[in-house]
This record gives sequence, C-alpha cells and structure tokens, in this order.
Amino acid sequence: MSETFLGMPATAPRGVGHLRGDEPFPVAARRSLADAQLRRNLGHATATIRAKSAAVIGEVPDWQELREAGRAIKTDVMARLPELLEQLEAAVTAAGGTVHWAADAVEANRIVTDLVRATGSDRVMKVKSMATQEIGLNEALEAAGIEPVETDLAELIVQLGRDKPSHILVPAIHRNRAEIREIFLREMPGVDPALTDEPAILAAAARRHLRRTFLSTRVAVSGANFAVAETGTLAVVESEGNGRMCLTLPDTLITVMGIEKVIPTWTDLEVFLQLLPRASTGERMNPYTSMWTGVTPGDGPQDFHLVLLDNGRSAVLADEVGRQALHCIRCSACLNVCPVYERTGGHAYGSVYPGPIGAVLSPQLTGVEDNASLPYASSLCGACFDACPVMIDIPSILVHLRAQHTAAHRSEHRLPSAEAVTMAAAAYTMDHPPLYEAAQRASRVTRFAGRRGAGLPPPLSGWTIGRDLPQPPPQTFREWWAQR
Amino acid sequence: MRIALFVTCLADTLFPEAAKATVRLLERLGHEVVFPQDQTCCGQMHINTGYPDDALRLVRRHVRTFAPYDVVVAPSGSCVGSVRHQHAMVARRAGDERLASRAEEVAGRTYELSELLVDVLGVTDVGAFYPHRVTYHPTCHSLRMIRVGDKPLRLLRQVRGLDLVELPQAEQCCGFGGTFAVKNADTSTAMLADKMRHVLSTRADVCTAGDASCLMHIGGGLSRLRAGVRTVHLAEILASTEPVGRPAEQAQRDGVTA
Repeated sequence: MSETFLGMPATAPRGVGHLRGDEPFPVAARRSLADAQLRRNLGHATATIRAKSAAVIGEVPDWQELREAGRAIKTDVMARLPELLEQLEAAVTAAGGTVHWAADAVEANRIVTDLVRATGSDRVMKVKSMATQEIGLNEALEAAGIEPVETDLAELIVQLGRDKPSHILVPAIHRNRAEIREIFLREMPGVDPALTDEPAILAAAARRHLRRTFLSTRVAVSGANFAVAETGTLAVVESEGNGRMCLTLPDTLITVMGIEKVIPTWTDLEVFLQLLPRASTGERMNPYTSMWTGVTPGDGPQDFHLVLLDNGRSAVLADEVGRQALHCIRCSACLNVCPVYERTGGHAYGSVYPGPIGAVLSPQLTGVEDNASLPYASSLCGACFDACPVMIDIPSILVHLRAQHTAAHRSEHRLPSAEAVTMAAAAYTMDHPPLYEAAQRASRVTRFAGRRGAGLPPPLSGWTIGRDLPQPPPQTFREWWAQR
Repeated sequence: MRIALFVTCLADTLFPEAAKATVRLLERLGHEVVFPQDQTCCGQMHINTGYPDDALRLVRRHVRTFAPYDVVVAPSGSCVGSVRHQHAMVARRAGDERLASRAEEVAGRTYELSELLVDVLGVTDVGAFYPHRVTYHPTCHSLRMIRVGDKPLRLLRQVRGLDLVELPQAEQCCGFGGTFAVKNADTSTAMLADKMRHVLSTRADVCTAGDASCLMHIGGGLSRLRAGVRTVHLAEILASTEPVGRPAEQAQRDGVTA
C-alpha cells in the first residue's frame, strides 16, 4: 500500500461502488411505499422466510449459546484482526495462493481487472458476493471490456433486468415470478418463447442459460463467507450449486473478501455453519458448502488469488461502539424481521447493504455524513437485535450514529440546526421544573386555540397528516397531584 | 410498600389518566405512592434523536430525583428501558463514571408497572373489573428492551368482565419510534396502517398497551379513521373497578363528576 495512515483510517471513497444512495431515505422510501406490487412481494417473501427461519431455530436447544459463541469469536477477531490477517496471508501463500491487499474499492477493482486481463479472458463468471457489489466490480470489469456473468439465480435476474439488488441474500426479493418471466423473455438469449411463470420452468431456463457459461468460462470471481486464518481455507456457502461450479471448473479463481471475514480456527466454522443457514434461509444446513485451501494440483482452479478488501472497514473497527457491525455474517435475518425494510424494500437504503445492518454499516463505511439519513431509518423496535445470530446490538449503534451525525453537523456548520436548537431548549426547559410546568400549560392553551387534529406545524406536521392528536387533558398529572 | 412514581413527561402532560390510574391502583393494593416533584423527563427523546449531550442534564436530574427511593415505577416500558439501558451509557459517554454507577443503581430499582405488580408485589389479580373486549399490543420496548414477557397478559386475564382477544402479528412495531414518526412519517404511517388493520380484525373495542406513546400513535390513527376503537393504557384497565359500591369520596378524588 502506498498510503501512509495518519490519524483515523480512511472511509470508502466516493465515486466508486454502491455504498451511497442518490437521495435521502425518507424520499426514496416514500416512492417505494407507494408501489403496491413491491409491498405485496416483500410482505409475502419476508413473512415466508421469517416463519421458515423461526421453525428451524426453534429446533436448536442451544441457539442462544451458539449466538453468544458467534459473538465471542467475532469480538476476538476484531481485537486481533491485523495478526489474523497476516496469519491468513501466510497460510494461503503457503498453500499456493496469492494474496493481494486492497485499501479501497478503486484498488480492489484494479487488482481484479488486472488479474483477469492477465488470463486473456474477456468474460468472468461470478458467485453472488456482497463485497464485489459494494465496490462496483461489475462496472469496473465492463469498463475494461470484460463481461461479468452473475450465476446466482436472483443475482442473474437483477443483472438481466438492469436492476439493483434489494436484499443481501435474495437480491431479487422485490420481483415476483410474473416479473421474472418478463425479464427472461426480454433479456435471456435463446430463451423458449413459451416460458411460463412456474418456478421450476424459470429455474430450468436459467440453468440452461448458465450451463453454457459454466462450461466455457475460464475465470471466476467470488466472495467469501469465511476465511480460516490457521489453515488458509476459504469458505463459500450457497443454495444453488452455481457457486460449486464457479469454484471448481475455471482455471483461475479470484476471491474478493472483506477483511472482517477472517476467523481464527477451523473449529470456529462449527459455530457459524450452524448459525448462518438457520438465520438466513431457514435451512438446517447449507445445501452447498465449498471450502478450498490455496491450489491443489490437478483438482480445481490452478491459479487462486485472494483480494483482502478494507474499503472503510478499518475506520469502522476504530469505533468502539460501531465496530460490532463488522461481526455481520450477511445472513439478512435483520432485514427479514425489520418492519421498515418489509415496507420500503432495499432500494430505499441506497447502499447495497439495506435494512438494519445496512443502516449501521453503510454510514460507518462511508463516514456518517455520506449516509446521514440511514441511522434514522429505524423505529428502534429492536427486532433486528433479537434476530441477529451474532447478537449485534443494532439499535444501540443506530443511536450512537445519530449522535455522530448531530456532532458532525455541529462541527461543519456555523449555525446549529433548528432541531439542535429545539432539543437544547427542550433539555434546558426540562431541567427547570417551573419552566417545564409553564411549557405544559402553554402547550394546552395553544392546543385549545387550534383545531383538533390539524395541530402541529412543520416539521411535526408529518405526524398529523395521518393521525389525530389526543385531546389536551384539562389538567396535567402534577396539577392533579398538587390538588389531591 | 413506599413506591415513587416516575410519571414520564408524556403521561404527565398528555395522558394524566394513565398516571392517575397507576396511583389509584397501587393505593388500592395498599401501597404508599409518592411523587417526587423534581422529575421532568428521562431524556429518551434526546438520546434517540442524537443529542446525548443535551440528555446528560436530564439523566443527572432523573438520577438525583429518584436516588432516595427503594422502588420506582413508571407506566411505560419505553421510559424504563431508557433508564435501564441508556442512562449509564449517556453518563459514561460524558466521562462521568460516578453518575453512571448511580444511574445503574436507580435503574436496578426502577420497574415498569406490570413488572412491579407481578415480580415485586407478587400479584396478578388486582381486583379489577373492565367489561370490554380488549386486545393487547406489546410495545417494542416492553417486549424486547425490558422483556416484560406475558406479565401484562397475566394481569389482564385476571380482570373480571374483560374479554381478551389476541392481536395478530402483535410483536410488530406500530411505527411510532419517537422522532421516527416525524422524520420518516410515510414509513411510520405504513407500519401504523398494518397495526390498525390487525387491531380492527380483532373486533375489540379497546386496544391497550403499557406505553402511552405507542397508544397515542395507534389511537391517533384509529381516531383519524373514526374507527370506533379506543386506546386505553394498561394501568387504567387495572385500576378500573365495579361502579357499584364504589365510594363516592373515591370517585370524587379521582376527578369523576356525577
């Protein structure tokens, strides 16, 4: 790395990748909320996954202990990340792989593009990967004249539909089968024009389309769910077998992995391979768990590259409260239980990481001001914390990031925001009981003067658009108490 | 038992009936209720909106006000949740370890109403009478922050005349979330719409909960729809008794006019 770090580690750079939205969450959410088909698709899909996941979690008597173990392992990893990464690098190198360090999305894209170019291939097949979505690798490859082909069914639907993923695990969750059929008919070369919207027929069409890619593409790009530092073993879990194809058939395999994915030992996998499938897809075990260690002569890719990606992660690690967002194993349980996500869908979050985990991860990776509306995109209901298989306290991080945002606003502007003035005045008033009591009386008088339900001035008027304010009581509790 | 009432600023200002009912109920059960006059607001709104520095003075005030009492009760899962899970954090953030440990002591003695009744006072039958069809919404902070579990339901099941009906998808947030309902008013309304749909599907005439804030939100929506379903705080249901034989003096004290 050419950069010398002084002070805080860098956040993910602007102008590359997909960690920032074009508009604030409330604006994007307003549009999503009006899409009745989207609401229906999401409501149905999240309720189905929730029920399936709850059933298989209920079968595990030591689920809470497993969660605790998952959290403990991840906490340990974060406490000695540099050491573990160097151990991983040594193990991968010893096993015949090559390790590259990418400080950010720009570096990672350049490394992968150069590696693909060196093979002479103008096409790569991809295993579904959040890290490569995060850095915008597909766009970078296309710009270099290399065609990336997504092989995960949902990711393929998104790619063919020139769409954006809206869920970590089920990127096309916002599409129903009728919409998928239309996309295939329009975009899939050589598709049977008699295609129906039956799931098995759609899957068969995708399989035929992908089979050609699997057999003719010499380079694959994947992400990684886990990397074992002691052995140098990489692990990818998936449900469709496309990952197995990509990880075994090509000559060259390039894996892009966020640095937080490393785990210390082989036995740590035992914990995560139990937690992940039950929390994510509601399965007892992953249909396909692929693990590989460097290069094995005569078996699988003979050229293996591991790209270790920072892209803001060191900055997250530097935050004592926020760093637990790096514990995330990308199961998306928090999305499936989130009442906000269920109604707005993933696109409203702007970043490739939507839902509760996205609301705490994206602002930390980019710096809070580049995703300032996301920490507020939650009612703090706590369903995400309960669902998280590694016990990330998402509500507390959200509150922490809100404080970071107000502090950043304070330091960047000469005048405090109207909200900050109101909050300071309210705190002062509430710290002086006589003023507080006067304010209580004043609010009653003001409310009597106004029409019921038409009540509040902006910015509070958003609330009264759909709700009536309560009738002001004739006396406050403390007035009643005083007269008792 | 001598119990200090942590009224919460919302109940004090907008929903005094919930607080008055808490007083009546505890006195009926033979306990002494005191109201520390210096209390105002626990600061949760400031903390959750991103102003922990402003909340610090309110945390300090709350701790100072309630430190002298052995048992503190609030008719709110959310405000108790803030006291238990946020006050010490705000103090530590400001580097005030002494305040943090005092806040933890106060938090350890602070109970939400159903917790106080079931866990501390050991009662589930509080002698209430409430002849209505009622559905119970477990508020997020009651359910997931302080984990009151089925305590409110155990109390409601003992209320004579009360027809308790289960709320579908009860554990889903109503969409209030304090300033969330203002900053993300559209999403909040979408959540509220589903909550109201479930409340209406129960054909209950009353929706109850342990938090005046969530009830204000759900009730505000139901009122706008002229749905004919009331929201009533759990404390008010538990404080209700048979009108027959109710001493006139008590009725007068409660502010009920003839």
